[in-house]
Amino acid sequence: MSSTDTAAVLEKDASDSAEVGAGLDVLDGVAARGAPIARIVRERALPPLIVVGLVLGLWQLVFVLGLTDADKLPGPAMVWHSLDELWCQETLLPIVWTSVWRGLSGFLLAVVIGTPIGLVVARVKPVRTAIGPVLQGLQSLPSVAWVPAAVIWLGPDNVAIYAVILLGSVPSVANGLVAGIDQVPPLFLRAGRTMGATGLAGVRHVLIPAALPGYLAGLKQGWAFSWRSLMAAELIASSPELGLGRYLQSRREAADMPGVLLGILLILIVGIAIELAFMAPIERHLLRDRGVQDADR
Amino acid sequence: MTPVLTTPQAVTGRVAGGVPAVRISHVHKSFGRSGARTHVLDDITLDVAPGEFVTLLGASGCGKSTLLNLVAGLDKPSRGSIEVPGGRPALMFQEHALFPWLTAGKNIELALKLAGVPRPERRAEAERLLELVRLAGAYGKRVHELSGGMRQRVAMARALAQGSKVLLMDEPFAALDAITRDVLHDEITRIWAERQLSVLFVTHNVREAVRLAQRVVLLSSRPGRVAREWRIDLPQPRRIESSGVADLSIEITEELRGEIRRHVQH
Ligand SMILES: Nc1ncnc2c1ncn2[C@@H]1O[C@H](COP(=O)(O)OP(=O)(O)OP(=O)(O)O)[C@@H](O)[C@H]1O
Ligand SMILES: [Mg+2]
Repeated sequence: MSSTDTAAVLEKDASDSAEVGAGLDVLDGVAARGAPIARIVRERALPPLIVVGLVLGLWQLVFVLGLTDADKLPGPAMVWHSLDELWCQETLLPIVWTSVWRGLSGFLLAVVIGTPIGLVVARVKPVRTAIGPVLQGLQSLPSVAWVPAAVIWLGPDNVAIYAVILLGSVPSVANGLVAGIDQVPPLFLRAGRTMGATGLAGVRHVLIPAALPGYLAGLKQGWAFSWRSLMAAELIASSPELGLGRYLQSRREAADMPGVLLGILLILIVGIAIELAFMAPIERHLLRDRGVQDADR
Repeated sequence: MTPVLTTPQAVTGRVAGGVPAVRISHVHKSFGRSGARTHVLDDITLDVAPGEFVTLLGASGCGKSTLLNLVAGLDKPSRGSIEVPGGRPALMFQEHALFPWLTAGKNIELALKLAGVPRPERRAEAERLLELVRLAGAYGKRVHELSGGMRQRVAMARALAQGSKVLLMDEPFAALDAITRDVLHDEITRIWAERQLSVLFVTHNVREAVRLAQRVVLLSSRPGRVAREWRIDLPQPRRIESSGVADLSIEITEELRGEIRRHVQH
């Protein structure tokens, strides 16, 4: 049989089996599906709202029944009043903004510093043995512990505050990247190498995208640490601009309990809002693209 | 019925005449430091002629993947030499190894990019390759949206995108069900003939080896050596369940079992 004949026969044979293949594909394929808005709201938004409602209800109940001293636990309405007051004095937004700006810019700085550190620690053996454990240990050191030293060394203003943020969140960002890189399946690296993705091309086209989920987890934690560190720093260090931590401190000094509770709530809400607004969507997008939510292989 | 033509050959592994697509010469491979050294491959000499389809058969752990990795350049032989005159060969793994952060089409385009195909041509070429593996509509699909068989076909397209005439396959269909595997056997046979590829295909499925190959090479275990080889002259397309394939499979299986039994005696 000549080679063109062979090719023709093979083509015919293969197209028979292609129909079988196409049938299998239909049976096996996963249809991409989107969730209707109504369901997203019902499944995602409703449960937390119910919990918030319950907590508020319980709080009001405790307050109304007079189970505790009203000076120590003011009711929700009194806290709301404090909020209203702040809003009317037009100080609410500047206070929140001061802290958010410090938190975000500090966090971005931490990303810029922590990422190369993470890359080097993950890829260079001696560096890893030298500072890997320290980096891990730093993560469990509460950043509030740095505040006194930072204030003495750097003065009680913005510089000290930023230093504390960085000490809190750089280790998270770096460790996240290290963990992300460690979790990259060797198969991907080998596949990349057979395609010619070596050296920098390998880092860019294979290593970084493959490590992204772990890196993002590190970024999420980095944001949380940066926000916590900022509040710790603002409580103790003093700087001209009034942030949430400083506001909380001033309310404590004024024995203004509704103000104290308001401060705590604002810190909590801003932290959650940033997480929901920036981190969660990126992460969800990434995981969905990779089919992680399907608990796939 | 076609008579079964088998030609047990001398254990040299050499193909007569011409420049081979792959030339493996006296390759040894050991792992570990002296003391706890395991000798995995022992004096392997094997050629793959241009356009030839060779299957490498052997028991689990005999060093098939090790040999393929050496040919792919992922590792270096302890001794001996490997030449692939046509440049870096393409390698397909048992797991699809597609990058989940890219779509099927973009996976192929990455391979094209790394092979130096200019950007404006990549999209069209990727779609052409997807068509070749009969997945014309899959360009924008995410890896997790594809079935196991579809993934292996995209992986095949990605391997072909590297533009190498030499294709190394390490049990690429082992994780698939029998029907899907059948379909992919037809596809790889067709593509091999169409593109005149030189294929070195690893498997421990004897029937698969006979179904696909022009030449079946049996490796012994511990250390891995070329134990014997068979030239398969059955005409393509073959059916895996045909009696020609079955008869020869029985013969080769007997040999393979003998190879494995050898290890019990000492
Ligand atoms: N990097 C390594 N270090 C040490 N030993 C190794 C390494 N890679 C492989 N081996 C050993 O070499 C032997 C052959 O492995 P290999 O993966 O090549 O076998 P195989 O023939 O592909 O088996 P299978 O059919 O199970 O895939 C095994 O005993 C394995 O333990
Ligand atoms: Mg193997």
